[in-house]
Amino acid sequence: MSVFEGFRFRRVTSPIHRLDPRVKFLYVLVMFVVAIFFTEFLPLLVLFFLQMPFVFLAGVEREWLRSLRGAVFLVTLIFVFNFVFGYFYRTYPTGAALLEFSLAMSLRFLVLVESFSVFFLTTSPDHLSLALEQSRVPYEFTFAFTTAVRFVPVLAEEAQTIMDAQKARGLELERGNFLKRVRNYIPILIPLIVSAIRRSLELAEAMESRAWGASSKRTNLYVLKMRLGDFVLMALSIMFLALGVYVHFFVSIPSLSQFLPPFPF
Amino acid sequence: MIEVRDVYFTYPTGVEALKGVSLTIGDGEFVAVMGQNGAGKTTLVKHFNGLLKPARGEVLVDGVSTRDMSVAKLARKVGFVFQNPDHQLFCETVEEEIAFGLRNFGFEAATVEKRVDWALNLLDLTEYRKTSPFMLSGGERKRVALASVLAWDPKAVILDEPTIGQDHRQKENLRQFIVQLNGQGKTVVVVTHDVEFVAECNPRVVLMSEGKIVAEGEAKKTLTDTTLTLAASIVPPQITQIFLGLTDFGLPIDVIDVSEAKRILLDYFEGMKR
Repeated sequence: MSVFEGFRFRRVTSPIHRLDPRVKFLYVLVMFVVAIFFTEFLPLLVLFFLQMPFVFLAGVEREWLRSLRGAVFLVTLIFVFNFVFGYFYRTYPTGAALLEFSLAMSLRFLVLVESFSVFFLTTSPDHLSLALEQSRVPYEFTFAFTTAVRFVPVLAEEAQTIMDAQKARGLELERGNFLKRVRNYIPILIPLIVSAIRRSLELAEAMESRAWGASSKRTNLYVLKMRLGDFVLMALSIMFLALGVYVHFFVSIPSLSQFLPPFPF
Repeated sequence: MIEVRDVYFTYPTGVEALKGVSLTIGDGEFVAVMGQNGAGKTTLVKHFNGLLKPARGEVLVDGVSTRDMSVAKLARKVGFVFQNPDHQLFCETVEEEIAFGLRNFGFEAATVEKRVDWALNLLDLTEYRKTSPFMLSGGERKRVALASVLAWDPKAVILDEPTIGQDHRQKENLRQFIVQLNGQGKTVVVVTHDVEFVAECNPRVVLMSEGKIVAEGEAKKTLTDTTLTLAASIVPPQITQIFLGLTDFGLPIDVIDVSEAKRILLDYFEGMKR
């Protein structure tokens, strides 16, 4: 559950928390696109460090570190796969180049995790649904999305209780070969799914008895308004995107492996 | 049977749930753990079958520390029936549900069959043998959950909030059943808010508050002591409340049993007549 922890919102305020979620999302998208542009190590490293001020300004270092730690497994997987397949298909002139490429791919994933985690750590679910709603997404979808986000911790807790209950009946999750282990999760998954369905039916009934959807035109108490900081971030994001495009097409990026001795395959 | 020695436990969220709890539960004893929400009752009993391991101190089950045993091993001795049966039912038939634990503990097929018959009979579920547990009513599901634990005949059984969602008749059946189990020598630990239920069962009571045990002793003493009940945020049984209001008439206050109360009051009225 540690990966979820890294995306869980905690209610605090900071200049970053107060930014318009739509602009923050634009920033995440720009980071995403620019990260996809590059396969070289250096620019990705720049991208990685470029986001650090946001993390510190928002005061979410601990949660952010946790999300990075949660990503370690996938990052290692990405590195190993790139390295192994690169090795067998001999796509790279030297071992150092291959190493650099594999590292860059891992770092690219980290950059993506980093920007999404900054977004989710600093945007409250309420803000998120406001942003979706005021971007003209139908309210049914907005509501379904925010409810799903909100129920993740509830379900995680329930899964823990169910695991305890089945362990108390002698279930050993870690016993047996791979297939057996997968089968061991059936006694956990069935009660979890059944109770999730029950819960959603109850929620639907409770909402209908409180007249959900009674008026087709909804108004909001809070209306998102762009402020100076939002325009600044928007301008920065767009400029950064332009810069990324420019560097990608017109600047040749030095490869780190040029400075390393070319070790043989 | 179960010995808790100065146990501390903190959840990963930082909540200190137990702060130095010591408790001994003897073989064949009947204990009720009571206290307000968040007092640490469930946290404490989850230590009895190793679902939680103490951060400091230790819990011994039959003389062996729970740290040295897996939950599966401990569960063979200490059965745990969870509050919500929906957290454990998953099989297609009631029969399969009861056999699940038995198979986990490696009983032979013939024994499993025999034990399932026995448990179905014990909780009056034989007619639902082939029914899906999801089709049963709340009370019946609770009985299936109980049967699925009692089937392997653990030495001790822990019941977390067994009376919630049960109507009066089911509660009375459950009470008789628990008393009968205990009479046959099984150690029974009940976690509950239900003061009336405890008053009728008359077990040893452990009162908890804010992660500590504030009092333990006979139900008759603990449930009628207003300072203790206040400390544990519970309300004395209704019978006791009546007697607490009648102290001016020289009546005792440590009364929790309805028939005892009737006798005392009748004696008093007889005395008045004379």
